[in-house]
Amino acid sequence: MMRRALAFIAFSFVMCCASVVCAESAGQPGGELHFCLHGEPKTFNPLLVEEDSSETIRYLTGGVLTRLNRQTQTLEPGLALSWKVSQEGRRITFRLRSGLRFSDGTPFTAEDVAYTMKALMDPQLHSPTGDSFRSGEGQVEVQIPAADSVVVTFPAPVAGLERLFDQVAILSAHSPKKEMAVLGPFYVADYSPGSYVLLRRNPNYWKRDKQGNPLPYLDSVRLDIQRNRDIELLRFRRGEIHLINALDAENFDRLQKETPAVTHDAGPGLDSEQMWFNQVPAAPLPDHKKTWFRATEFRKAISMAINRADLCRIVFGGHAQPAFGPVSPANQFWFDSSLPVPKFDSAGALRLLAHAGFRLEGGTLRDSQANRVEFTVITNAGNKSREQMVTMIQQDLSQIGIRVNLVTLDFPSLIERITRTYDYEACLLGLVNTDLDPNSQMNVWLSSAENHQWNPKQPSPATAWEAELDRLMRAQSSATADKKRKSDFDKVQQIVAEQQPFIYLVNKDAMSAISPAVVGSSPSVLDPHAFWNAEILRLRADPALGAQK
Amino acid sequence: MSPLQKVAAIILCLILVLMVLATILVPAPYARQFRDVPNGGPSTAHPLGTDALGRDSLSRLLYGTRVSLLLAPAAALLSTVIGALLGSAAGFLGGWFERIVLAVTDLSLALPWLFLLLTVRAMLPLDVPPMVSVIIAFLMMGLLGWQASVRVICAAARGIRDSDYLLLARSSGCKPARLLLRHVAPNLRPLFYMQFWISIPLFILTEANLSILGLGVMEPMPSWGNLLRGFEDFSALAANPLRLVPLILLVIVVMCFQFVLPSQEVTQ
Repeated sequence: MMRRALAFIAFSFVMCCASVVCAESAGQPGGELHFCLHGEPKTFNPLLVEEDSSETIRYLTGGVLTRLNRQTQTLEPGLALSWKVSQEGRRITFRLRSGLRFSDGTPFTAEDVAYTMKALMDPQLHSPTGDSFRSGEGQVEVQIPAADSVVVTFPAPVAGLERLFDQVAILSAHSPKKEMAVLGPFYVADYSPGSYVLLRRNPNYWKRDKQGNPLPYLDSVRLDIQRNRDIELLRFRRGEIHLINALDAENFDRLQKETPAVTHDAGPGLDSEQMWFNQVPAAPLPDHKKTWFRATEFRKAISMAINRADLCRIVFGGHAQPAFGPVSPANQFWFDSSLPVPKFDSAGALRLLAHAGFRLEGGTLRDSQANRVEFTVITNAGNKSREQMVTMIQQDLSQIGIRVNLVTLDFPSLIERITRTYDYEACLLGLVNTDLDPNSQMNVWLSSAENHQWNPKQPSPATAWEAELDRLMRAQSSATADKKRKSDFDKVQQIVAEQQPFIYLVNKDAMSAISPAVVGSSPSVLDPHAFWNAEILRLRADPALGAQK
Repeated sequence: MSPLQKVAAIILCLILVLMVLATILVPAPYARQFRDVPNGGPSTAHPLGTDALGRDSLSRLLYGTRVSLLLAPAAALLSTVIGALLGSAAGFLGGWFERIVLAVTDLSLALPWLFLLLTVRAMLPLDVPPMVSVIIAFLMMGLLGWQASVRVICAAARGIRDSDYLLLARSSGCKPARLLLRHVAPNLRPLFYMQFWISIPLFILTEANLSILGLGVMEPMPSWGNLLRGFEDFSALAANPLRLVPLILLVIVVMCFQFVLPSQEVTQ
């Protein structure tokens, strides 16, 4: 009997110890997550967000009707239990969750959705988020057929309508706190300009975990305002912050050598680096250079002669992939996997150039009028990876007799040249993509668009393929069926791959650093990479990094 | 010449010889990328290792020395000549001329040179060959870097203006031009030397900063300035400490220039 009792006590003790250890390793509710914003948030009004810092706050505080899962890239219910798009993409009907409250206790109703939509589409507010919904002339109508139902009707079809609501944080129509009353997992509790933003747990947040426990697990999130990335890295190494949402290849490698467990490379992200030639007819360039830059064979030959694999390996330390076209492979739905893989082929490039009337004479490439082929690539000063890419392109193109000069300019001067004076020959820059939907690229591919960088603001398409791009982009924009839209946008990608107006070079990997103290993280290629699931993150003590709950 | 001066002169001569013979001595062209060995350590093929793009560090150091040691002294000479002319004339003549020169100097010191340089860069054509852009950069440094020299030389010339020997020369009927050239300038010569020598490392470092703005020596051409920019990559520096050689060379050259200077008694 005595032996049994002792065995029972011993067993109980072991089980208790095990449960304590498990709880410790799994992290516990509570605690304060620390990370950095890279600039001052310009606004706390979620409808006016246009820069990263405000976007981070909107993501963590805003309650949205539909939420894009950053991991699966599928749309999930948020404040809306379900939704239905009808009338060829002009109307969307939401069925709302009931019994929800804002962070200040104000009840959430359909009126709040109507109020938010009205504010969003108010032309006087100039909401950048609202711009994505503007599809045609006319007013947006919002109807409330039932207490838990809202119908929003747009004057013209809006492509990918339901996804756009991922960006719309619902405001309270009745709360005296206005935009500070939120439906997201956290609310803004304190803000010290130039120093930090403190977010506290929203006690009225609607989401529960599988066991029915209220979310978020964290008590608060402290966002320190820190512009200097080196200091951010230093603070992470000291354990003063728990995560770095986006790391460049150099810092990633540095950190990986020290503590491999904290670094996460989620694979190629949405961002790309590309080069293009100036094809503006009025550009102050010699006529023979304009002729080269407008020749498809010339652009294709340049693209062929660039060793993208080396760019990825050397400049980005292997944390990048050769770029295929305007859509990164990370964009699972819209990426056209049938696009030809870019091949490094100097001999093939020379054959193409010979076909276009160029000839190699004593190691120097000359055009049909014996002009030496030489051009200058501009890029923004201070960006080491871009300078290195151009330097590598210099050597690649020297193999086919082309001399490339590199000029780095401060950003305002560079923008002045590529958007106003057009006094440049070629430019290498990156494109930051935050949206999966091709509609966000309308301002790039339409020939009349300002960001149609190689020849912007055309009164009418200068070439047949640009006219076709216009047609396809408009067609996908007005179609409602994803299949039809995908088919149209695949053709866009094929034309771009064939014509090479942008010579896509690399897709950089989405890299982040997360302290082992953070439990439940699952870095994704979509932004925010490291804290997209902030509501289920927990903290545990991490003596190695010094990070504490 | 003191033993220290002799040693410094020998080192400078040695560096000068290496610089001249760079074309023969380099293991590989300075722009050639050995892409299989980026950030490589020292080896037989690359005695100082390779940089981030796999370029031979020794070749880049020798060519960079050539660029920096030719152009930084040229810029220093230009700025010292401007400083000497304006400073000695202002100090010697005094009165309204001195006030105007010093006011212009103060004004130009107060100008936001960074923005001025950015404007100049924005106005320059893009398709200039790399060597021409290098010359433009150093020319700009020379034309814009004279203010400190003017103030120092002006103060010294003012002291000479009130000296007994100048009073004696003036009372003997010496004309102002002769006074300036035969009595003031020779006494200021050590100061001119000093200004010249101390400007050289300053211009080398300025060039390193300017290259960040797109005004300095552009890739793939090496210079001490852009070699020093390689220090941004701490991990590569730790992996191959020989990357510090450009910095060590810069320190040695600057020290040698200082030691080679006329002795302290003369400069005072």
